[in-house]
Amino acid sequence: MAGKVDALYFFLVAVSAFFVILIAALVIFFGIRYRRRAHDEVGTKVVPSLALELAWTIIPLCLGLVMFGWGASVYFNEARPPAETLDIYVVGKQWMWKFQHLDGQREINELHVPVGRAVRLTGTSEDVIHSFFVPAFRLKADVIPGRYTTLWFNATKTGRYHLFCAEYCGTKHSGMTGTVIVMDPTEYQAWLAGGAGEESLASKGQKAFQDLACITCHRADGQGRGPVLDGVYGSKVSLNNGQIVLADEAYIRESILSPGAKVTAGFQPIMPTFQGLVSEEQLLALIEYVKSLKGRPANQPATAGPGDPAPGEATPARGPQTPPDRQQQNPKK
Amino acid sequence: MADTLHDPALKHHFDDLGQQHEAATLGMWVFLATEMLFFGGLFTAYMLYRIWYPETFGAASRTLDLTLGTVNTIVLITSSLTMALAVHAAAAGKRRKLMMFLGITMVLGAVFLAIKGIEYYQKFEEHHIPGLGFHFEGAAPERANLFFSLYFAMTGLHALHMIIGLGVMTVMLVMAARGRFSARWNTPIEISGLYWHFVDIIWIFLFPLLYLVDRHR
Amino acid sequence: MDTPALPRTHYLNAEYGLKSWLLTTDHKRIGLLFLGAISLFFILGGIFAGLIRLELLTPPGDLVSDDTYNKLFTMHGIVMIFMFLIPSIPAVMGNFFVPIMIGARDLAFPRLNLLSWYVFMAGGLFTLYAIVTGGVDTGWTFYTPFSTMSSHSNVMTAAIGIFIMGFSSILNGLNFIVTIHTMRAPGMTWFRMPLFLWAMYATSLINVLGTPVLAVTLFAVALERAFHMGIFDPAYGGDPILFQHLFWFYSHPAVYIMILPAMGVVSELVAAFSRKTIFGYRFVAFSSLAIAVFGFLVWGHHMFVAGMSVYAAMIFSVLSFLVAVPSAVKVFNWTATLYKGSISYQTPMLYAFGFIGLFTVGGLTGLFLASLGVDVHVTDTYFVVAHFHYIMVGGAIMGYLGGIHYWWPKITGRMYPDIWGRVAAVVIFLGFNLTFFPQFVLGYMGMPRRYHAYPPEFQALNVLSTAGASVMGIGYLIPVIYLVWSLKHGAIAGNNPWGAKGLEWTIPSPPPTFNFDKTPVVTEPAYAYETRETKRG
Repeated sequence: MAGKVDALYFFLVAVSAFFVILIAALVIFFGIRYRRRAHDEVGTKVVPSLALELAWTIIPLCLGLVMFGWGASVYFNEARPPAETLDIYVVGKQWMWKFQHLDGQREINELHVPVGRAVRLTGTSEDVIHSFFVPAFRLKADVIPGRYTTLWFNATKTGRYHLFCAEYCGTKHSGMTGTVIVMDPTEYQAWLAGGAGEESLASKGQKAFQDLACITCHRADGQGRGPVLDGVYGSKVSLNNGQIVLADEAYIRESILSPGAKVTAGFQPIMPTFQGLVSEEQLLALIEYVKSLKGRPANQPATAGPGDPAPGEATPARGPQTPPDRQQQNPKK
Repeated sequence: MADTLHDPALKHHFDDLGQQHEAATLGMWVFLATEMLFFGGLFTAYMLYRIWYPETFGAASRTLDLTLGTVNTIVLITSSLTMALAVHAAAAGKRRKLMMFLGITMVLGAVFLAIKGIEYYQKFEEHHIPGLGFHFEGAAPERANLFFSLYFAMTGLHALHMIIGLGVMTVMLVMAARGRFSARWNTPIEISGLYWHFVDIIWIFLFPLLYLVDRHR
Repeated sequence: MDTPALPRTHYLNAEYGLKSWLLTTDHKRIGLLFLGAISLFFILGGIFAGLIRLELLTPPGDLVSDDTYNKLFTMHGIVMIFMFLIPSIPAVMGNFFVPIMIGARDLAFPRLNLLSWYVFMAGGLFTLYAIVTGGVDTGWTFYTPFSTMSSHSNVMTAAIGIFIMGFSSILNGLNFIVTIHTMRAPGMTWFRMPLFLWAMYATSLINVLGTPVLAVTLFAVALERAFHMGIFDPAYGGDPILFQHLFWFYSHPAVYIMILPAMGVVSELVAAFSRKTIFGYRFVAFSSLAIAVFGFLVWGHHMFVAGMSVYAAMIFSVLSFLVAVPSAVKVFNWTATLYKGSISYQTPMLYAFGFIGLFTVGGLTGLFLASLGVDVHVTDTYFVVAHFHYIMVGGAIMGYLGGIHYWWPKITGRMYPDIWGRVAAVVIFLGFNLTFFPQFVLGYMGMPRRYHAYPPEFQALNVLSTAGASVMGIGYLIPVIYLVWSLKHGAIAGNNPWGAKGLEWTIPSPPPTFNFDKTPVVTEPAYAYETRETKRG
């Protein structure tokens, strides 16, 4: 990625240098050649030229469109993670970066990733807007309270790289820095193993699911007052107002914090809000837990309560959008 | 030229009354363009959230008093009519008619504000004022809070414009009583009329957006 | 120049006393009231800038605390943008010269004009009050939810101050639009107007259409702080990003409020000091309007990394490239104007050259930021800081100083020492480049903006930048000294010291209170230099 951005950057530098030198040369040349020689001298009439005007309108326009196309293609690429990624969650908070690996490790202001593997970060913020910026990867994305933003990268060289917060976020903004540590895959595995004993993010989510008593209504047997959550993630959910929405991270988050906003068809809006009761990290764990409920017991990293996971009538079957690689993202399972 | 230079209404830096009139009218139109954008920011916010949260906004909207809103709309449209008649009377140089229509316009404006006040009081009773023990029965009350915030910001700003309009009308009434206007020169009446119509038009947008959308359910 | 004496009565000696200034409706005196006010604000903003640069001399945050530093860059931005750059050319030179250049005795609404000064001062004092009672630490951009929920500083006072100053811009723009439409002298058709007037007209359009959106946005921020309305608060379903959309809807065009007037000044300077018609007059005139219109459509390019959809980003990106074209057209036309001109190197022209060079760099680096792939990396770094300082300081302030030096003889009736003027122009140009060019490199290396402390590898370039800032500071001091000196000791200027065209050069310096004894009749286009007797051989 860095190489692609740099190539475009140096193209822009070259074009800019050309025009700066062109303008400077013309100004200097005209300035000397046509300097005023007599006190009352005036300029000579020059016939305006439509051809010239059109030329210096159209040529910059075309150059601009080339730059646009090139820049857009780089950006498009940056915005589309490959199908198979190592997923990590990031939460910004005044003034630290918190990382949550799927199998449980948590880090603050340090992020360990393996070299040569596409890493996808899903981020949000606990308070104000921050921006995740790793200059070496030519990569930046704001993390915004109430939203999930994603970015991805594929580090090509091992080493330690600066991580900055690039969106001004208050007193210790310039202290909200960290290090991205890119490791050999084997070292990375060793590092991961060092964190063994931590439970996976999904099982933390499962615990929260029980502690917050979500489980009393969202029962896996379809007999609860809330919809069955097995297989919900990635599916299309019909709402009681006739709309159909995709159950992605944002939807699950919204359903926890603003449960009355988008109620599944066939259910009453009786769920209380959990705004202020769950932290951003708990939310991520809950989301990860819901994601892990595949509707097939064999796939579940931790068994979600008793009973048969047969989908209730209100819960659509597992949708085709469910990323097929979800299970493989958990390398240490 | 010579006689217009002595006209007491002509400011020294204009060549003639025609130019002065043109400047004043254009000035008011430009000002109204500014006003349009001023309200535009809030309208944008409202429309956006309305599209995002149709359910809650619909439910919150249905708690507004449609009858009072409709009466107010009729009051305001009528006041626009009387304002137009006032401008017409001024152009014809009829001082008493001008004063009468200005008076009616002001009364209608005051009626509008009074009814608005009643509506606000109802909202207060119902605990629908954000920040003052806000309470809303129904799904997603925090988003109803957002609706009422925008409702009070938009109608409050509109009411402020009405109050300013009443102040302007008072000045016009005093000037008319002193016989300042003539068939030849009545620019202030004309541009005050423009302002008054503009404030009405804002309401014509506010009313359906806040009261009417999603009524049928 | 034959009779070295000032005219017996003019707008400066028509009346005396504080009251004659504070209650004046003379557009020229109001222009000077603005000049006084914004000069003070400029010094204040400059002091903040100096402290910022001193702090950044060393990597750790050792001169001031982090909190103080955050307040310094916030107040530097607020003071420089809202209290200096936005009013600078329009409120000073626009006020003074728009009526004269179209052949009118005053602006259409003189009392509104005075009101706009009082409104500006009221807003300015409000903001100053916010500064002296503890300051603001949100950045001049007031991003939510930091400004609404997190900051403990005087956000509300500062926002109200800026809200109030906004009305000054609106009144100013309204006055110019009406004046240019209705008060042109006989024969002064639209296409005979000096390009400065086209620029002022385009600027006024932005003032009138953009400022109210900023006003209502800051109003919402104040309400949000006071009553927790929830408009920008995700806990209520509000969206902090909506603030950015509304804010940049004004604040991107606001960049053109700052640069368009400078472009207008440069058009005057290039024509006057090469004694030649502007090449492609209509293209330059319409490019001002094109910038004003397109400027309203590109605000989203400030938000490419703020979770914007890929397709929205592409639309904003391509529009941003389009808005660059009219700027390029202007630069090419100014350059072509020099061809076969009669070019002199008096002080104002040096500023015009400086403007062309620095604006070209500033504009081209804007393309880096419009280009999505590169923007992701350089946005919110020192690259952006360098870019907009090239536009706002290298562009707008060079234009401002060029205009001040060009019209100073007309305003005061006296000349300043040209040699010192040239020295200052060169010092400022060099100091500017030394300050801000290293910041492009810093930005690409990844140094984020608004950092109180930074990793040591960025130090060398920061030292260069601070060194440049001190050179630039000295450069700004020189004109203050010789301009004040010239008020009493400068040579008598006469009506037209530069041999320039334009109605302002046909009347005495300083002009009489009502500008023209009788309404002038215009018979030729602007910049009709070549019709004169002596041409270059």
